[in-house]
Amino acid sequence: MLKSIGKRVLQTLVVLFCVSLLIFILLRIIPGDAITTMMGEHANAETIERLTKEMNLDKPFYVQFASYLRDICTGNFGSSYTLNKPVTELISAAFPNTVMLAVFAALIAWVIGMVCGIIAAVRKDGILDRLFMGFSLLGVSIPVFMVAMLLQYLVGYRLHWVDISGVKNWTGFILPAIALGWNSAGSIARLTRSTLVEVLQEDYIDTAKAKGLGQGAVLLLHALRNAMLPVITMMALQISSLLSGAVITETIFSINGVGRLAVDAITSRDIPLLQGTVLFTTVIVIVGNLIADCLYTVLDPRIRKGA
Amino acid sequence: MEEKLLEINHLKSYFFTRKGVSPAVDDVSLAVPKGKIVGIVGESGCGKSMTAKSIMDLLKYPGRIVEGEILLDGKDLTKLSARERRRVRGEDVSMIFQEPMTSLNPVVKVGKQVREAILTHQKVDRAEAKRRVLEVFRQVGISEPEKRYECYPHELSGGLRQRVMIAMAMVCRPKLMIADEPTTALDVTIEAQILKLIKTLCETTGMSCLLISHNLGVIAQMCDYVYVMYAGKIVEQGDVFTLFDHPRHPYTQGLLASIIHLDEQRERLSTIPGMVPNLMHLPEGCAFCNRCGQAMDCCRTKKPELYDLGGGHAFRCFLPGESEASHA
Amino acid sequence: MPKKSNPLQDDFRTEMAAEREALAAQLGESDTFGDKMRRLASDNKLAVFSGILIVIFILMAVFAPLLTPYDFDEMDLMARLAPPSAKHLLGTDELGRDVLTRLLYGARVSLAVGVIPTVFSMLIGVVLGMVSGYVGGMTDAVIMRLADVVLSFPSLLLAMVIMYTLGDGITSIFIALAITNWASVARVVRSETLSLRETEYVEAARSMGVKDMVIIFRHILPNCIPSLIVLFTLNVPSAILSESSLSFLGIGVQLPKSSWGLMVNMGRTYLYNAPWLSLVPSAAIMLVVLAFNFLGDGLRDVLDPHLKNS
Repeated sequence: MLKSIGKRVLQTLVVLFCVSLLIFILLRIIPGDAITTMMGEHANAETIERLTKEMNLDKPFYVQFASYLRDICTGNFGSSYTLNKPVTELISAAFPNTVMLAVFAALIAWVIGMVCGIIAAVRKDGILDRLFMGFSLLGVSIPVFMVAMLLQYLVGYRLHWVDISGVKNWTGFILPAIALGWNSAGSIARLTRSTLVEVLQEDYIDTAKAKGLGQGAVLLLHALRNAMLPVITMMALQISSLLSGAVITETIFSINGVGRLAVDAITSRDIPLLQGTVLFTTVIVIVGNLIADCLYTVLDPRIRKGA
Repeated sequence: MEEKLLEINHLKSYFFTRKGVSPAVDDVSLAVPKGKIVGIVGESGCGKSMTAKSIMDLLKYPGRIVEGEILLDGKDLTKLSARERRRVRGEDVSMIFQEPMTSLNPVVKVGKQVREAILTHQKVDRAEAKRRVLEVFRQVGISEPEKRYECYPHELSGGLRQRVMIAMAMVCRPKLMIADEPTTALDVTIEAQILKLIKTLCETTGMSCLLISHNLGVIAQMCDYVYVMYAGKIVEQGDVFTLFDHPRHPYTQGLLASIIHLDEQRERLSTIPGMVPNLMHLPEGCAFCNRCGQAMDCCRTKKPELYDLGGGHAFRCFLPGESEASHA
Repeated sequence: MPKKSNPLQDDFRTEMAAEREALAAQLGESDTFGDKMRRLASDNKLAVFSGILIVIFILMAVFAPLLTPYDFDEMDLMARLAPPSAKHLLGTDELGRDVLTRLLYGARVSLAVGVIPTVFSMLIGVVLGMVSGYVGGMTDAVIMRLADVVLSFPSLLLAMVIMYTLGDGITSIFIALAITNWASVARVVRSETLSLRETEYVEAARSMGVKDMVIIFRHILPNCIPSLIVLFTLNVPSAILSESSLSFLGIGVQLPKSSWGLMVNMGRTYLYNAPWLSLVPSAAIMLVVLAFNFLGDGLRDVLDPHLKNS
């Protein structure tokens, strides 16, 4: 088991390296000059020179990349040039909000998604199944911004249930979290249903029933444990789409999170900030997937001892 | 006549699909005497597994029991509530399945899976349950039971897994064990061991067994009494000697003729022409008429009834008496 | 070289074919693509309805100029933010432009963005996935690591960075979405190729010395096609969603062009006094995406029941 996890960690490191290289290339080797793109046409020569030095743009490519790698390894993402603050500081201020939002959304999505998926699978082809699956397809198809705006308009503006003037305490996260979790709930419900339906056809379910176990025990002790394996992988993949969605949700609900920081960075053409936010978010996704893989290895004895 | 443990009367289990109704088990009556091994034989899809699943109440949607009674010790299982029915499963009647590879939960240790059967039915603590599991493991010939207890199914060979399945079926000392093709997926050498084990267990514990197989050799070796099924119906029944020595139904005769006898010199292997008919589109008359070499006009229009020959031997055909002469 | 027919073999073939047909008929299975489509048409009304809806949307996009009396950037400053009425069925926006007209023209962009980058990402994914699965070894490792890298990014963020590099505009969106979406296709195709490579008929072909290219195009690609059709139908809506998200954030389609995502973005400012401005295009996105998803789901059920978890 340790060997397979070690191999996985090594692979992750390779991917991490490639990811940072890709971001580096995408943001430095843009058509035209990075500094002019950043500053616009009216930058004065002095600023351009200073920034060129600061970002090592006068050195050869590999030197630039090496110093960039060294910097990010020490947690130094440079300074935001529009906000005049270290990127690390900006991200660490924004990150808790994104975490709060994503965790809330994930909880909503996973609980609702799994419960609906399980009920639909157990009552396959019944009314609840059709209802939940119709809803889940709606959940997958509806754009995040539409849910967000509908909630803002109906619940916030029309019904005045929740204050929408900004996020002051944790209750402010309720609507954004629902908007963000909606999509994931749909896909988790669908996956839970399809794997559980498949697992319930397995021979060992008949064995468990033949033993005299009740429906609940069969479901809990035998079916769910097997059905959860793909669902856990899916949940890890959801981290990525949750963070994508957070970009939009944070923008709509004016939450000061990492995603909004990235959008601001793009509109103000702030390369260090954009680089920092994208790299940071991607690292989170990669680490999340690594954890899920390790969890999978622990939960599935066939992989645990086989690999 | 000896005392009957299980008696099935006019059981009908149908599958209600969108394309039509499929009578997987059509008016089946059979009996399993105490302490005896009774076999059901037939081609795949003839309804033998569905009969077993009806007894265990394991029919999957859209299949269900339409009518008939399943008497265990005189108690009709079809009339029980779901809760009582569940108590019977595993405690009074247990079942082993065809595929030992897939019949055990891959993510739970085999010892725990067997222990679960005890904990479900009896009020014993975990340590006592484990002790009994180890005892049954020894009884079914699993070497190093303590070590095997902690194994996951994928770590065991097919034969060992089937032994675990038998242990699970035995652990609550049921009155009846249903074995649905228990050796089909195994190597021939392992098959012989497992069959011997089942037979020994039945003899030593007084348990009855309903053995389902498509393999006439297995049936001949194991059973006291045999039912031959075709297209959801029992076409011939009798004690094992009568049935194998004097088969009356053309289908049984065909089955027996298709066994390869190494001592005989033959040009071609004998086969039954055609295939098992689709249960949804059965011929109007006898289900076998399209494949039967001796079919008469009445076979295509009327359904034959079970014709009793006495001594427990009966067959479902319009050819009483004649068929044996023509085939002898 | 003329093929000599061997009567015995032919006999055997017809016999086999007849037996296969009989078996298929008995199992209630029919093998041809047409049969599967017929089954879809008869069993899944929702998928059929979705297909019709998609066709309607396409027709509306194509014939947009004929369906509306207004031009897509024709302003009527006297009728700004007018609610839906007989004159403007879906109201007007902040510059007095007819929302329905902009919606119809926007459909062109959204549908194009759904289809074009998906075609490219599928092409890249199929080629790389097949090479990866068929060749194996180092090539496989490199391609799959590359896919890992792409899949590590939250897709919207990667698309944002690519848009930043390439600059705004439709072509950039096409490229950005093609780059972000090929990896998942490659993974599916790779695993299909891997399992097909192990089948008896491919082994047989290899043992007879058939060229790799021929095997790939004769045996592997045709067998992937059902999954590819399903993947295509399911990737189009996700591309539409991505474009609308980008445009919504202001880094996609730029004014005065119209796209549904951009309309939502523009209308957001007036969410409380003119909610239709943002909700109508949102609903349009949802409808198209939903239709594609229902159709893709239905297709998957008949064409490729194994492709469940992607």
